Amino acid sequence: VHLGDVTMVVILVGLALYVVLAGADFGAAVWQAAAGRSPQADALREHAHESMSPVWEANHVWLIFVLTVLWTAFPEALGSIASTLGVALFAAGLGIIVRGAAYALRTGISTPAALRRIDALSAISSVLTPFALGAAIGGIASGRVPVGNAAGDLFASWLNPTSIAIGVLSVVTSVYLAAVFLAADAGRRGDAALARAYRLRALGVGAVAGAIAVAGLIVLRSDARGLFDALLTGDGLPGVIVSVLAGLATLGLLASGRGEPARYTAALAVAAIIAGWALAQNPVILPHLTIRQAAAPHDTLVAVLVAVGAGGALLFPSLALLFGLTLGGHLQPGAGASPAPPGGRGLLAASRAGMLGRAAVACLIAGIGLLTIAEGSWPHAVGVVALLGFLVLGFLAAVPGLLEPGQAAGGRPGR
Amino acid sequence: VLAALNPVVQEHLLEGRQMQALSFAVHIPLVCFGIAFPAMVLFAEWLFHRTGDPLYRLLARRWTRVMVALFAVGVITGTILSFEMGLLWPNFTATYGAVFGLGFAVEGFSFFMEAIFIGIYVYGWDRLSPRMHLLSGIPIIITGLTGSFMVISVNGWMNHPSGFTLHDGRVTAVHPVDALFGNPYFWHELVHMYLAGYIVTGFVVAGAYAAGRLRGRWSRYERTALAIPLTVAALAAPVQVLVGDWAARDVATSQPTKLAALEGLGHTERGAPEHLLGWYTQDRVRYGIRIPKLLSLLAFHDPNARVQGLDAVPPRDRPPVNVVRVAFQTMVGIGTLMALLGVFTLLVRVRRRRLPESVWFYRALVALAPLSVVALIAGWVTTEVGRQPWVVYRVMRTADAVTGAGGIPVGYATLAAVYAAVACGVVWILRRLARAPMDDGGSPPTAPGPIPGGAEA
Repeated sequence: VHLGDVTMVVILVGLALYVVLAGADFGAAVWQAAAGRSPQADALREHAHESMSPVWEANHVWLIFVLTVLWTAFPEALGSIASTLGVALFAAGLGIIVRGAAYALRTGISTPAALRRIDALSAISSVLTPFALGAAIGGIASGRVPVGNAAGDLFASWLNPTSIAIGVLSVVTSVYLAAVFLAADAGRRGDAALARAYRLRALGVGAVAGAIAVAGLIVLRSDARGLFDALLTGDGLPGVIVSVLAGLATLGLLASGRGEPARYTAALAVAAIIAGWALAQNPVILPHLTIRQAAAPHDTLVAVLVAVGAGGALLFPSLALLFGLTLGGHLQPGAGASPAPPGGRGLLAASRAGMLGRAAVACLIAGIGLLTIAEGSWPHAVGVVALLGFLVLGFLAAVPGLLEPGQAAGGRPGR
Repeated sequence: VLAALNPVVQEHLLEGRQMQALSFAVHIPLVCFGIAFPAMVLFAEWLFHRTGDPLYRLLARRWTRVMVALFAVGVITGTILSFEMGLLWPNFTATYGAVFGLGFAVEGFSFFMEAIFIGIYVYGWDRLSPRMHLLSGIPIIITGLTGSFMVISVNGWMNHPSGFTLHDGRVTAVHPVDALFGNPYFWHELVHMYLAGYIVTGFVVAGAYAAGRLRGRWSRYERTALAIPLTVAALAAPVQVLVGDWAARDVATSQPTKLAALEGLGHTERGAPEHLLGWYTQDRVRYGIRIPKLLSLLAFHDPNARVQGLDAVPPRDRPPVNVVRVAFQTMVGIGTLMALLGVFTLLVRVRRRRLPESVWFYRALVALAPLSVVALIAGWVTTEVGRQPWVVYRVMRTADAVTGAGGIPVGYATLAAVYAAVACGVVWILRRLARAPMDDGGSPPTAPGPIPGGAEA
C-alpha cells in the first residue's frame, strides 16, 4: 500500500464529512430563509437554527482539515487547484464569511424583521458556497485543472456543463440533507408536527435531488465522457450503486416516518457518490499527474498520518461527546437546570496572597537573570518558564484583593 | 527555477501581499481573544464555584456571549487565511507544503477541538453539571496554546528554514518535524505572540469597562470585570518587554538584515548606535535621537559588538526599511507605555491594595485598548515585512510564490468591503451584548421570548 493512497483516502473521508455535515448546515440556512411567515414559520426557523448552532463551527473545520492535509501531502496538486480554481474558491470563502457572520450576528438580534433579513443573507451565502465548491470539484473531475500555476482557465474551469451540474447538485443535496437531519432532530425532541413538516420537505427535495443527479449524468455523458464511463461502467460503479440504493432507502424511510435511520442512509448516499468519483478518477488526481506522483516525500506522509491518527484519537471521542450531547438534546434550550455548585468559600487568605506575591517576585528575578542576562538555550528556556510562573503566581496573588466586595471603599485587604 | 510550479509574472504582487496582510490583521486580534479570553471566562466561572457569589456567574455568562461571537468571526477569518495560502501563494504551498504543512494540519485538529469544546461550553450553561461545565472549558484554553504553537512553528520555519534539501525545484529529504519544532528561532516567536494574546485581550476588555467607569458605570460588577483583565495585562506587559528583548537578540543572530532594517543601520559597524524615531534615508537615520553603542549592547550584550548593516546584502535582498522601522518603533513605543501602565497598576495594588483611582489612569486604559491592537499588528508587520523580499527566508522570494491568476485587485477590494461589513457587524453585536439586561440568565433561554434564538449563551 502506498502511503499517498492512504493519505488520499483520509482526505476523501474528511471531504465526505464536510459535504454531509457542513452541507446540512448550509441547507439549514436555506430552510430558515424559506420558513416564510406562516404560523409554523417561527418554529421551523428556530428549530433549524438551534439544531445547528452548537455544531456548525466544528462542521466547518472539516474543510480546513481537507485543505491542510491536501497541501501537506499533495502540495503540487493543491497549488495547481488553488490557482486555477481561485475564483471559485474565493467565492466559496465569501459564502463562508457571510454564514459565520450571520451566526455571530444572530445572537444579538431581537426583531423578527431583522431576523428574516439576516436569514435571507445567510441563505444566499449557503447557496453560493456549495455551488462554488461543487463547481470546483466538477472542474477537477472533468480534467479542466492542469498542473501549473494558474495554468487552466480562471472561469471555464468551473463554469462549464459538468461544474454547473455538480454545483447545482451540491446545493440541492445540502438543502435535502438539512431537511433530513432537521426532521430527525425534531423527532428526537418529540415534536411530531415539526418532524413531519421537515420530513415532507425532505421527501420533496430528495425527489428533486434524484432528478438532478440523473440530469447531471446526461450532462457528464456529453461533457466529460471519460468520467461518465468510469462512473457507470468502470471502477466508480459500486459507489453509484450504493448511492442510488441508499438514496432510495432514505426516501422509503422518510415516507414511513422513520427520520432517525434516514439521517444515516442520506449521509451514506452522499458519501458513496464521493467515493464513486474518487474510484472513477483513480489513480489520476489531475491530468498527467497521478496520486503517487503528486504525493509528498515519504517522511512527510508518515508525519501527516501519525498526526491524523493521534489527532483522530482525540478528535473522534470529542466529536462523539458533542454530537451525543446535541442529539440527546442536552444542549438545547430548556434541557434542564443544573444544581448550584458548593461555593461559600473565600477567595484567598491575605497571608497566602503575600506568600504567592513573594514567590512571584522570586520567579520574576530568576526570569530576568536567565532570559535577559544569561546566554544559551537552556537558561532561556528555564527563564521563560520562570516568567510564566511570575504571571500565574502574580495573578493569583493580586486579583483576589481587588475582587472582595469591600474593595471600593478603599484599601481593605482580602479576607 | 527553484519552485514546483511554473514561474509567473504577477503585476499585482503588492496588492496580493496587502490582501494577505489585511486578512492577517483582521484575524490576529480575534486570535488573541481565542488565546486569552477563555481563560478569563473560566476564571470568573471558577470564582463562582468557589464563592457561590452569583456576580461571578453573571460575569462569566455575559463574557461567554462575547467569546462565542468573536470565536465565530475568528473561525471564518481563519478559514479565509487557509484559503489564501493556496489562492495567493500556490507556488509557496506547492513547493514547500510537504515541509511546513504538517504544522497547519495539526493546527487543524487543534482548531477542531477548540470548536467542539466551545460548542459544548457555550451551549452547556445550565445544561451540564457545574463541574462538567467548568471542565469542558479547559480544552479551550489548551487548544488556544497548541493552535498558536502550530501556526507559529510554520512562521518560525519561514523565517529560519531548515529540514529539507532542494532538487530541481522540488523538496527532497524532508524532515517536517525537525523543520517545524527543532527550530531554535521558533520559541521566542511563540512566547511573544502568546503573551501578546493576553496583553491585547486584557487591555481591550479592561478598556471597555474603563470607558464605562468614565461614564459613571462603576458597580461591583464593573470593578470585577475590569480587575481581572487589567491584572492579566498589567503583569504580562512588563514581561513582554523582556521577551521582546530576547526576540531581538535572536533576530540579530538569525536575521541580521531584518535587524538592520528595524534599526535603520545602513552600514556594518562596531559599537552601533540606536535611533529613536527619525526617518531612514540615504543609508542612515535622519531626525532621530541617537544613543551611541546601544544597539550593539542590546543585540549582543557588548557595547562594541559588530552589527551587520543593510549594505551586507544587495539592494534587491533588502526589505522596505521605513515600513519595518516605523512598525517596529510603534510596537516598542506602545509596548513601553503598556508596560509602564502595568507597573503602575501593580504598584498601586501592592501599596494601596486597590485599583488606581485617577481619572487619567482610566483615560489611559481607554486609549490603550485600540493601541494594544495597533502594537500587535505593528509587531507582525515588523516580522513579516522585515522578512521580505523572501517568503521563505533566503530560499524563496515572495514574487516566486505568488499566483499567476488575474483579478487580485478585485479579490482584494471585495474582501476589504466584506471585512468592513463584518467589522461593523462585530461592533454592533458587542454593543448590543454590552447593553443586554443584567439578568443572571439563570432561567434557560427559550425561544418564545422577545429574543427568539437570540440568547443561546
